Amino acid sequence: MSDKKKKSNANIDTVDSSSSYEVASQYKLMWWKFKKHKAAMIAVPVLIIMYLICMCCEFFAPALPLERYKDYKDTAPTRIHLWDDDGNFVGPFVYGLERYTDPYTFRKSYVESDQIIKLGFFVRGSEYGVFGSNLKWDVHFFGVKLPEGEEPGGHNVFFLMGTDSLGRDVFSRILSGGRISLSFCLVSVAFTVIIGLTLGGLSGYLGGVVDTIVQRAIDLIMSIPGIPMWMALAAALPSTMSNLKKYFLMSLIMSLIGWTGLARVTRGKLLSLREEDFVIAARMCGSSHMRVIFKHMLPSFLSYIIVSVTGSIPGTILGETTLSFLGLGLQAPTVSWGTLLQDCQTVDSMAATPWLMFPALFIIVSVLCFCFMGDGLRDAADPYK
Amino acid sequence: MLLNYILKRLLQLIPLLIAVSILIFIIIQLPPGDYLTTYIIQLETSGLEVNQSEIINLTKQYGLDKPMYQQYLYWMKNIITKLDFGRSFQWNQTVLSLLQQRLPATISISLLSLVVTWAIAIPVGIVSATHQYSGFDYFFQFFGFIGMSCPAFLLALASVFILFKLTGQSLTGLNSAAFVNAPMSWAKFVDMLPRLLLVIFIIAISQTAGMIRSMRAMLLDELQKQYVITARAKGVKEKKLLWKYPIRMAINPQVSTIGWVLPGLIGGEMIVSTVLSLPTMGPLVKRALTNQDMYLAGSYLLIVSVLTVIGTLISDILLAIVDPRIKFGGVSE
Repeated sequence: MSDKKKKSNANIDTVDSSSSYEVASQYKLMWWKFKKHKAAMIAVPVLIIMYLICMCCEFFAPALPLERYKDYKDTAPTRIHLWDDDGNFVGPFVYGLERYTDPYTFRKSYVESDQIIKLGFFVRGSEYGVFGSNLKWDVHFFGVKLPEGEEPGGHNVFFLMGTDSLGRDVFSRILSGGRISLSFCLVSVAFTVIIGLTLGGLSGYLGGVVDTIVQRAIDLIMSIPGIPMWMALAAALPSTMSNLKKYFLMSLIMSLIGWTGLARVTRGKLLSLREEDFVIAARMCGSSHMRVIFKHMLPSFLSYIIVSVTGSIPGTILGETTLSFLGLGLQAPTVSWGTLLQDCQTVDSMAATPWLMFPALFIIVSVLCFCFMGDGLRDAADPYK
Repeated sequence: MLLNYILKRLLQLIPLLIAVSILIFIIIQLPPGDYLTTYIIQLETSGLEVNQSEIINLTKQYGLDKPMYQQYLYWMKNIITKLDFGRSFQWNQTVLSLLQQRLPATISISLLSLVVTWAIAIPVGIVSATHQYSGFDYFFQFFGFIGMSCPAFLLALASVFILFKLTGQSLTGLNSAAFVNAPMSWAKFVDMLPRLLLVIFIIAISQTAGMIRSMRAMLLDELQKQYVITARAKGVKEKKLLWKYPIRMAINPQVSTIGWVLPGLIGGEMIVSTVLSLPTMGPLVKRALTNQDMYLAGSYLLIVSVLTVIGTLISDILLAIVDPRIKFGGVSE
């Protein structure tokens, strides 16, 4: 309340920018501080775009994740051209692909033919249900412009990042995998917040026996190496379990091990706040425990919780992709960035089809963005520093 | 005084270790069915006759007909008194013999990675802090972000792939095909060295990144403090000033977090060695987990957890030696 008053005062007085710093609200200060972190200011829009694209992956992908182009297995990424061989501007197009067998090694590959296939935005493609509903739509954000009456899946093809050994479009699968991998870390973090806040809060606010028990539990979990523990718990999930169930249980497993950090932060902050004058004053005025916690204490350590939570997201993404890669996490036909990378486990397969490593790029970019965002938030959390 | 502190910490460890072992026992009991049913199914699918008396023997030996808590006590009793970790049904060997074959390599790789992590992170952190915003600093910040954002299995895959492209050699496994079954010799060691170094560096990189960051941040904090300015004003040589106080202060948190770095290294070792199919515990445990060969998996979990706990204890003791301000009996914030 007082913040708002101060702000309106500042407006009335029309003070210059240097002194408005002194009267700006806490959130305004945080925003200013966050804005100074350039990497974070780039990371946040990138993340938002990634989430939006992966959320509507059927629309943004030119093909469906499980759709097979039987005649185009292990195709290298198609090159996009703007000018034809004679130097005339055609607009974005790709050349058709012809199968070519090396006369010496008998290795099959594809070479460009003379056929020009035009690309375009908002093109007709394979039919999909909008957000998994029964509402069918066949418009894709970009892809080949199919001639009137031709069905998708023919020889007018375009693979931005190549195809895998079953002839599925890698780029479309990456977007679809991103939906799983990127949402997975949020679900897991939600579980972490629930467990960590509850246990850390109880431990810090109540103290005594509860505190001791929670602290010992944290010691216990932190003394067991996380990755082997994840693997053991993930392996205990029965293989017959439905994919959706597995998805939620896997994220729960991640948070069962990951909640300790958040609980420590919460407990530490609560312990120090418990003795603050304003909390004691609130208690003296007859506020209930709940009111003291949520009205008076929570706002003053919310920022630290957000920092701690964003800090745990990169680890979750890395954990999920690692487990899925090793075949212990989400399993095919569920598409996640980790399961996609299973296709390049050996040096031979990497040498023959290096484009199957594209999912790695997406993992690195998303983790990096979360790291930068976490850094920016950490700076912003304490704007008075 | 120090001895008292160590004894006290050792006593505190006992309940923790008991709790760890109970938790691990519960985890390895989670999959439906017990070891024997898995074993019998395996025998049957491979077409072998199931020997009834052997099964009765095994049931007795591991107390599988007893209630859960007694099974746990059996498990612990066998481990403590006879070093009997149970049987791996998949390999048809005792877990102990498997551990003897592979655990030394796992532990040495993890410890060497710890050494490499420190050997890189501390000096780089110091130089990055003293030469803040220099080219060196930016390079290692970039390197740090890559190390943090690239999962270990990907680093392993990528480096093997790149080395394959450059040298035409596939550096998976600890030895090239010619040496795999050869007895230990100088030639074998020379053959092993580049592969070993690669593995150690891959494992170390992800941990190094975080450590460089924290070392740099701590030292930067220290360097801004009044006592540094005072000492500089009084004419203390820059090098002496740096080594005498700020670096010692900045290293403390690194020492105290060995207990957190160690689990990361062990996990990293497990993943990297699985990807590169090294003859260590990693691939073994992964297979044990997928095939529910739970005595093997459980023993591995138990051993690495105990090692982590001991590592934490050592780091606490080291901290008490390095930093005299640590109040014995309780760690002051």
